[in-house]
Amino acid sequence: MTDIALHAHDDHAHHDADHKPGFFARWFMSTNHKDIGTLYLIFAIVAGIIGGSISGLMRAELMHPGIQYLPTWLSMLHGGEHSFDDAMHFWNVLITAHGLIMVFFMVMPAMIGGFGNWFVPIMIGAPDMAFPRMNNISFWLLIPAFLLLLLSPFVGIGAGTGWTVYAPLSTYGEPGPSVDMAILSLHLAGASSILGAINFITTIFNMRAPGMTLHKMPLFVWSVLITAFLLLLALPVLAAAITMLLTDRNFGTAFYDPQYGGDPVLYQHLFWFFGHPEVYIMILPGFGIVSQIIATFSRKPVFGYLGMAYAMVAIGLVGFVVWAHHMFTTGMSVTVKMYFTAATMVIAVPTGVKIFSWIATMWGGSISFKTPMVWAIGFIFMFTVGGVTGVVLANGGVDDYMQDTYYVVAHFHYVLSLGAVFSLFAGFYYWFPKMSGRMYNELLGQLHFWVFFIGVNVMFFPMHFLGLQGMPRRYPDYPDAYAHWNQVATIGYMIMAAGMVIFFVNIIWSLLAGRKAEGNPWGEGATTLEWTLSSPPPFHQFETLPVIEDHGHH
Amino acid sequence: MRMLGLTSILLAAGMAFATPASAQEPVANTAAPVANSAAPAAAATPAVADPTLDASGKPLTKAAPGIGQPVAEGIALQPQVTKTGEEAHNFHNHILLPLITVISIFVLILLVWVIFRYRRAANPTPSRTAHNTVIEIVWTLVPVLILIAIAVPSIRLLAAQFKPAPKDAITLKAIGNQWFWSYEYPDNGGIQLTANMLKEQGQVPAGQRYRTDADGPRLLATDQRVVLPVGVPIRLITTAQDVIHSWAVPAFWIKLDAVPGKLNETSFTIEKPGLYFGQCSELCGARHAYMPIAVEAVSPAEFAQWVKSKGGTIPAEVAAAAAAEAAQNAAAPAAANAAETNAAAEPAATNETAPAANAAAGNTTGN
Repeated sequence: MTDIALHAHDDHAHHDADHKPGFFARWFMSTNHKDIGTLYLIFAIVAGIIGGSISGLMRAELMHPGIQYLPTWLSMLHGGEHSFDDAMHFWNVLITAHGLIMVFFMVMPAMIGGFGNWFVPIMIGAPDMAFPRMNNISFWLLIPAFLLLLLSPFVGIGAGTGWTVYAPLSTYGEPGPSVDMAILSLHLAGASSILGAINFITTIFNMRAPGMTLHKMPLFVWSVLITAFLLLLALPVLAAAITMLLTDRNFGTAFYDPQYGGDPVLYQHLFWFFGHPEVYIMILPGFGIVSQIIATFSRKPVFGYLGMAYAMVAIGLVGFVVWAHHMFTTGMSVTVKMYFTAATMVIAVPTGVKIFSWIATMWGGSISFKTPMVWAIGFIFMFTVGGVTGVVLANGGVDDYMQDTYYVVAHFHYVLSLGAVFSLFAGFYYWFPKMSGRMYNELLGQLHFWVFFIGVNVMFFPMHFLGLQGMPRRYPDYPDAYAHWNQVATIGYMIMAAGMVIFFVNIIWSLLAGRKAEGNPWGEGATTLEWTLSSPPPFHQFETLPVIEDHGHH
Repeated sequence: MRMLGLTSILLAAGMAFATPASAQEPVANTAAPVANSAAPAAAATPAVADPTLDASGKPLTKAAPGIGQPVAEGIALQPQVTKTGEEAHNFHNHILLPLITVISIFVLILLVWVIFRYRRAANPTPSRTAHNTVIEIVWTLVPVLILIAIAVPSIRLLAAQFKPAPKDAITLKAIGNQWFWSYEYPDNGGIQLTANMLKEQGQVPAGQRYRTDADGPRLLATDQRVVLPVGVPIRLITTAQDVIHSWAVPAFWIKLDAVPGKLNETSFTIEKPGLYFGQCSELCGARHAYMPIAVEAVSPAEFAQWVKSKGGTIPAEVAAAAAAEAAQNAAAPAAANAAETNAAAEPAATNETAPAANAAAGNTTGN
């Protein structure tokens, strides 16, 4: 990244700039990108608590072989006695809810809606997003979307289709209002994301401060720009796919019903044409966050800035042409399998460029190991581990064994639950002083990292073993031979949950009693524009646009 | 108050559909030879005892520890008993696994080194180096070369897995149902089987069959096993009645989705006799975890006996009989009584095979 300096920027604290509307107008009719970002973050934390609790239920049931709790939980939810099949269906409801909540209501709102809203305008020197009211509707669409999903188990027996909502299990396989509600929930969440994507693209292309060329933008802004394009191109395909699910379910169409000339596998192609870019939607902003943090705490500019930016562009582009590697066992022809094997492996190259560039950024640096930095370093290693198992899974021939086993579960939790989530925590600790105006507690932050790091590794690493031994995913009960590693995984969950308690204690303590944060708590390494503002920033920043000067040395 | 509505009706219907099938199994098993067959040849076939069962109808072959099933605390791939399985197993264990381990450790070492060497105390003044074209080219090209090195055996494995089954292959058609597997042997006089998971003793009414250790591990044992010959290529065709299921046996390195309205095909040859377990591998509703797959691999002679016990036919014998009949017809057109019964069975077998073979041809031409 290039060196940037503020040429001229005014005193932001003059009286007009900090005039805040009343409570209702400020939080419910908000047009301020920082307030909307805060709403997104609060929403993501709430959704994360719910989604994380559901995974706790799942790990509790899986701790020992046999069915222990599912019938009880179902009775608690619906009252009365239930058949064994209903209890097993409830398991599918849990896995579906966990997946959808974590993807659509935790990671995406936190990364793009939360940090994107907060820091993209500031980092490019803009006063706000391009379409502030559309920004507001993007957030408020998420609320009914989330409610539709959360209420779906109460109007029927719940959507037990898996987060992938594969037809025909999701069409004639599961009648009743629950699945319709889950599909509508996805529609609304998708619409919300598309509006958000339009907003980010417009903002980044049109509202950069004078001198802030594309090639001087911080990498986090680059990552959000690429993510926005992925959202804009991928989500309409999801909308089409699930709309056809709705008409198949309710209006007698047969897009996915082979009895009347439809094709169930068509749904999978459409879903994964969205679904694969979706996994990059979840991780690319994380790449951006980690790049900022590594540079800040190494006191060095990012190594190979252009390579880093265009590696993300490459990942985004190639991410659109590898979707069928999720479908290696659906009966594809050998040439198709060979193509998708080769194309998928290509993604490892730009990903490798990013890993090595992060390490090269640290190389020669003067590194301080504040909480955001330890999360970012943890991210690099955990993402590497998740990435290399991705190379294993990329091989179509190997997938005849691995597909739908716990090896896949381990892989995508290493890149998401240890990758994306580590980058979220890194970003949260990095920007918490900026957003709240108070410092977090360093000791609790470090403790949170180590407990969480141990917990998730104890939880997810044994899942590789389970997968290699052949344990299929989405099973509430398993042959007794799988008992040992399942028990270890559940113990890992408990450790992780303890880590989360530390996190929440830290937030509450810091908000109530944390030391006041100065404008730039991270020192000379923090070169992006948000650190030139006060903490928290004024309600409206950059009323006079900053001018970015090129110091000439790249 | 909750509204179960249509779903519960459907689940109930599924139960009703599944229960009779499971209920009839004990009968079929204890009275083994004739009860199960639908083929017209059944009546004409002499009663042959099922070679896989003892006199009381209990399975003779027990699961060998560590083969065809997971082992407690296991951390590695299941041992493979097919050629392609062994190739894939070697590819994973000797190429992929060492490679990803080395890459992960390499990244870890680099991280530990920069953490140690470039900590603020050790290096108070950071360098300003932000570019090095040579090293950037190196770390782009080296992964490319590594990936090409992986791609060669990977593509070779794919090609091996897609080798179409030869003409004399035995066809096994696996049909996924909510929530059990049914099977057909179209090349063998249309034998049909239904395989339900065996429940535990406490879970079935008194008098009904429950799982014993002779049947196999909990959640893996089925009331009827798929019997296949060793050393003979198997053409596996999968499809489904209701939603998508996936037929998987880890020890064969086989996993093939069973998609309604579609016939998927693959082939494999089992090298070792034994008992191999698998489980449904595509989410298919409430009892997704309760529709296991149990395959018993036996010698071709034993397989022929098993086929006969089920009232089926062996294509080679049918062909021999037809040839004999033709010879007899040429020599003495008058009397061919002996062969007639077998000849009667032949059209049935051919009819069964034809659609599957056509579909198979359609699939393979696509490749």
